[in-house]
Order: sequence, then C-alpha cells, then structure tokens
Amino acid sequence: MSNQLDRQELFGEIVRLLEPFHKGTSPVTPELDISRDLNLDSLAVMDLMMAIEERFDISIPLNMVPEIQTVADLVTAIEKIRQGV
Amino acid sequence: MGVFDRFQQKRELYASVRALGADPFAVRIERVLSPTEAIIDGRYTVLAGTNNYLGLTFDPACIEAANEATEAFGTGTTGSRIANGSYSTHQDLERTLADFYGRQHAMVFTTGYQANLGVISTIAGQDDILFLDTDCHASIYDASRLGQATVMRFRHNDPADLDRRLQRLADKPGNRIIVTEGIYSMLGDQAPLAELVAVKRRHGAYLVLDEAHSMGVLGATGRGLAEAVGVESDVDFIVGTFSKSLGAIGGFCVSDAPDFDIMRVVSRPYIFTASLPPAITASVTAALRTVAARPELRTRLWSNVNWLYDGLKHRGFELGPQKSPVVAVHLPDVLLGVQVWKALLEAGIYVNLALPPATPSGTALLRCSVCAVHDRDQLNKIIDTLTDIGYAFGLLSEQKTAAVA
Repeated sequence: MSNQLDRQELFGEIVRLLEPFHKGTSPVTPELDISRDLNLDSLAVMDLMMAIEERFDISIPLNMVPEIQTVADLVTAIEKIRQGV
Repeated sequence: MGVFDRFQQKRELYASVRALGADPFAVRIERVLSPTEAIIDGRYTVLAGTNNYLGLTFDPACIEAANEATEAFGTGTTGSRIANGSYSTHQDLERTLADFYGRQHAMVFTTGYQANLGVISTIAGQDDILFLDTDCHASIYDASRLGQATVMRFRHNDPADLDRRLQRLADKPGNRIIVTEGIYSMLGDQAPLAELVAVKRRHGAYLVLDEAHSMGVLGATGRGLAEAVGVESDVDFIVGTFSKSLGAIGGFCVSDAPDFDIMRVVSRPYIFTASLPPAITASVTAALRTVAARPELRTRLWSNVNWLYDGLKHRGFELGPQKSPVVAVHLPDVLLGVQVWKALLEAGIYVNLALPPATPSGTALLRCSVCAVHDRDQLNKIIDTLTDIGYAFGLLSEQKTAAVA
C-alpha cells in the first residue's frame, strides 16, 4: 500500500471498505453519518474500524472513535494517524 | 427534548420483544428453593441461568457464617473502607484470598464490575496502552473509559493479531497492558492463555486476567484458567468476582506487584463506594474454604457440563465452540430467541436470553449455565424440553438431528 494516497484516493478506499457494512442503496458521500445513515450498531462500527486498521496498517484507538461521525471525519482521522499527528 | 428521547431505537426493540408476551429483562423470582430450583410466576422452575457453578448459595457453612457475621457486626458497613474503616471480615477475606491464590496481595471490591473499573483504570495511566480482547466484558470497556490510557482492541482469542497490534505501536512510550478473560461469559470459550502469555513476554507487557467465570471451575485447586494452563506467574493481575462460583457478590484482585497496596488510596472505584457488608465477606470466606476442601464439586460440575453439552449437541443444536459451564445455544434471530426463551420458561426451565449487542455473535443466544448440583433428571428435562421446543419453532429438523447422530 502506497503512502502517497491523497484524500480522494483515501475516500475511495474507505467507500470500498464500507461496502460490506452498507445495507442501503444510496451512494456513500463524505457527509454520511457512519452509524446513523449506515445503520451500524456499536459492534459493527468496531468491526469496520478493525478492517480499516488492517487495510492501512494503522492503530485507531478506541478513544478516537466517538469523534468519528461522518465518512469525512474518518478520512481526516486516518490522515492524522498516518502522519503521526 | 426529553432526556430519554435518544433511546427511541432501544425502546422500539424492547417493545417488540414485549409484544411477544415475554419480558426477559423483568423476570420475577418469587421463591428460591435450592441452587437449581425456584418458583417463577407461581410455577416450579429448574434454574439453568444462574452462574451458580458450584451451587454454594445454600451451602450450610456459608449461610452460618453470614448469619453469625450479621449478628456480630450488623447488616452493613454504611460507608467506604477508607472513611469508615475496614471490618476484620474484609481483612480476613483478603488474607484467605491471597492464601488461596498463593499471592502476596489481595484486594476486595464491592462488585466484580467495580473490581475491573478499579484495577484497570488505576494501573493504566495516560501514557500507557491497553489492549483488550474484543469480546471482553462491558466492565472492562467501561474501565478503559474511566482511565486515561490509549485503548486498543485485538481480535477475539487471536494471539497473532495481538502480536501485530503490539508491534505496530512498538515505538510508542508507556506500559502495554493486555486484558483478557479466562472463560468468556457469553459463549463459554476459553482464552488461548499460553499463547497470549508468549506474546506478552515478547513485548514486555503486563497481563490482566479476568477469571470471573473460571474461578472455582478450572485448575487443580479451582484458581482458574491460569492455574489450569500453568502460567500463573505470568499473570500480573487476576481479577474476579464472588457472584459466580462463590455464590454471593463482590469482586477482587490478587497480585504480586510491588507497591500494590497504593491502590487502596488511589483507586476511585475502591475509595468512593460503600464496602461489602459483613454477611457477604463472611460467607465468601467460608465459600473459598469449601472450594478448597471439596474438589469433588468441580468434578461433578464438569460431569454435568459434559452431559448437557453432549446431550444438546447430539440433538442437533448449534452450541458455543468449547465445553464450559456456560452452554450457549445459537438462535438465528432475536424475535425467535425471545419466543424460544418464553416457551422454555413456561415449561418450567429458566435460562438466560442474551441479545445483541451483548452477544459477540450479533445473534441471540440462549445461555444455559450448569451447576455442580444439577441432577441428571434436571439436565435431561432441559435437553428434552429444549428439543421439543426446538422442533416446534423449526430450530431443529430431522435432518439436523440425523446429521449429528
């Protein structure tokens, strides 16, 4: 996995990872609320986070999860973690 | 906006459960006849959802000790140990526990929930990293929120995944603290403790083991999974409860960590709550002596576990992956789970109904807990009744039964 992914590519990757969790038909947008709009319960959100950790070889602390509401929040969080912020 | 408005979704789910004519969260037990029998809704009921693994709730020595302590010390301590003082019964229990585990230190908490809160939130500081098994109990998750540490999870019972996650954060400062359980409360499966210990050693981490459901159940003297696997010296903190095998309520931690006693003045869930009443500390002390003196209780428990697990498996039920005093029957969906649970209760058998998100499978579970003093007639009644109900609700079919016969 390249470290050079820009924000747009990162978003595309996340859309792909969200697919198994996305029960609806509407497209995934940055504004989408992950738990409300995708109707994910807390366990499914955790599974999604673990899938993302594995895909990008990063650690997303549980403490960060409450701040991640939308897909855009998730992209920002991953960018921050990858930059070691 | 009302303060409970945000629970609308939960309210709807609960209402749909009650619409089936059952309320699994409001069972009223009118009389308890023995560790395995009660009167519920005026009906004689076999209890198989108690966590009362050794059947000690009516142990004569425990009842006598509780009665004597109440007479001598009164009904309650009316405050915390740090403010109101420790009763000799608290200290006797702590000494008995330390001896039972062969550890230097033992500390008693008012509940098992608070033991996890008190230990984990205290030992994991701001710069430290906690690694929790995904299936850890809610008290462990809540403990990690009470403290300041970074919280990571690893895949359930997956030492290689834990190893990768520790490796990923290898250059970060701070202690690494791994938390796992002896027997997991929902599916009854055990931690691969020898493998987890190897990972712990490789990364120089600490290990906290919650033996709530394995104390009194596993190990040559009933100390739990760490004793059974032979890795007790690698477990830095054992946390447990008095509300399962020991038949009362309360929690504890045992350890050989230097300076352990500082917890008594820094652990908030220990400091800011009332201490256990004399009747409880006395009955638990007596129960620990019974566990040590009567290993045959554990033999009978496992004989019953084999009987119930093999019996249900043979009839075609899909069960938890490993034999344990928690025998979990998988049910494909929540509403069917509620109906099966209700039919069982009406047939005079009480088991626990576990619903998502409390279940790791995301499906409903009928959680049966086995007791050392269940007799074969009771266990056969559970197997036969559940089988009849299983056919009636389409959980079982001739093909499924034939497939395992």
